[in-house]
Amino acid sequence: MTITEKILAAHAGLGTVSPGDLIQVDVDLALANDITAPLAIRVFEEIGRERVFDPEKVALVSDHFVPNKDIPSARQAKIIREFARSQGIVHYLELAYGGIEHVILPEQGLVLPGDLVMGADSHTCTYGALGAFSTGVGSTDLGAVLATGRTWLRVPPTIKVIYRGTLGKWVGGKDLILYTLGRIGVEGALYKTLEFSGEVIGSLSMDQRLTMANMAVEGGAKNGIVEPDEITRQYVAGRSEREPIFYSSDRDARYERVLEVQVDDLEPQVAFPHSPDNVRPVSEAGDVPVDQVFIGSCTNGRMEDLRIAADILKGRRTSRNLRLIVIPGSTRIYREAIEEGIIQTFLESGAVIGPPCCGPCLGGHMGILAEGERALSTTNRNFVGRMGHPESEVYLAGPAVAAATAVLGRIASPEEL
Amino acid sequence: MKYEGRVWKFGDHVDTDVIIPARFLNVSDKDELAKHCFEDVRPEFVKEVAQGDILLAGVNFGCGSSREHAPLAIKSAGIGVVVARSFARIFYRSAFNIGLPILECEEAFDAFSDGEQISVDLRTGEIGSKVEGVRVFAKPIPDFMSRIIEAGGLVPYIKAKGTF
Repeated sequence: MTITEKILAAHAGLGTVSPGDLIQVDVDLALANDITAPLAIRVFEEIGRERVFDPEKVALVSDHFVPNKDIPSARQAKIIREFARSQGIVHYLELAYGGIEHVILPEQGLVLPGDLVMGADSHTCTYGALGAFSTGVGSTDLGAVLATGRTWLRVPPTIKVIYRGTLGKWVGGKDLILYTLGRIGVEGALYKTLEFSGEVIGSLSMDQRLTMANMAVEGGAKNGIVEPDEITRQYVAGRSEREPIFYSSDRDARYERVLEVQVDDLEPQVAFPHSPDNVRPVSEAGDVPVDQVFIGSCTNGRMEDLRIAADILKGRRTSRNLRLIVIPGSTRIYREAIEEGIIQTFLESGAVIGPPCCGPCLGGHMGILAEGERALSTTNRNFVGRMGHPESEVYLAGPAVAAATAVLGRIASPEEL
Repeated sequence: MKYEGRVWKFGDHVDTDVIIPARFLNVSDKDELAKHCFEDVRPEFVKEVAQGDILLAGVNFGCGSSREHAPLAIKSAGIGVVVARSFARIFYRSAFNIGLPILECEEAFDAFSDGEQISVDLRTGEIGSKVEGVRVFAKPIPDFMSRIIEAGGLVPYIKAKGTF
């Protein structure tokens, strides 16, 4: 069996499972945010249960429209806050105690290797980086999980992607996943698992792996996963009192497809509008002036991302023709970035720093584009209207290209500086 | 269950940001959401869609966000059934859960044109035009999903069974 099949079998109480099987599983953690939780809470109440299945196994995170941008979003956050209080939800997180859900859950040790996580947010697949099974669902599914602690799943077939070679200086997890999406297309992994492996993944930090698993859903995948290893062990050490379970794929595990990627000559990648699979190497981007650069989100708002960007921005000024917005993924990262002097570097280069939240990524607040405007963003989606006006454009890249672009005022490689 | 109505054709990879942009997600009232369905890409949709109309799409319909607001907005706007070559998986689950019928069909997209009057039979999967006489068939709905639909959606299913 593959690692995904083993985790699913364990949570279904079965010895084996095969792709296509419909199974019922126990959930280790249920997650919802300020967009999806109000609907999920309504469903939970309609089902008619008094209490959630386990107040320690529910995470409610207000992160999309916080600090609340208007009265309707304040009302939504209030619904969650009151529900969390009345149910005694242990992991109710917002503002100073949190940040972006997919950044803080691994950071605070709420997800461990071997867990099964269901989240009412498509980027719940991020936790696959830890060797957990995690996937996004809608609010009704999540409401049912809140009531029962269980859900149904169809066991997905697995596409194994093996990355070989040595990564170039400015090439990271974001470039690997963008390149992969370019190869397989946005429906290339529909209803399937993407298992990331090979020596390149083995040498990647957890921050980079989280970025890759985060975007598995952009290929239509149910989950993206990395077999846990020593890097995983070091990452989770001291974050939780629970014991992680390390699963790995059998040598004779069955894969629907195996894709090999040689990374030696791989350049930093850029996804052009309006799809994450519309990818080109940065050297072929041409002359694309941009109005806004955004560094942040559940894809690239982690400590290592900020360090890479700050490394490039140190001693340089952002172009006068654009605005650079930096949003640390969590309060903890924000604090650490202050202590390391990274925030100072950003400010001196001409950036504005936002409070940890999902704001600009989905055109929520704090960085909306007007018609005709163009942004380069470290986020995960560049659909029509994703960051504001339907006639605006979003280009996706990693933090290195974002920082170089902020300096030169057009999409650029750090090699050009 | 049979639906008859006008075809609203959309292409491949119709994402949830296009179905209901995030700026409208600070509410979760379905009638409020319906007012903004496809607003950015097809502003006439909300004004002209009639109860029971049929949405035809290509591959990967509903990709992107997990926002259930997307199938809710489509259903609440009046669409009776969505027929696509394939659906993004979160949208697929959510549509069943909230009682928006969806069917997967390879041929339907090319067989019918925008604005055409067609009928869709959920039970047999038969999709046919009223005038031209063209007929195609969609894949039957999986058993497990049928049980959820027969129960009236996920909430009544759980209420009846107590769990999964």
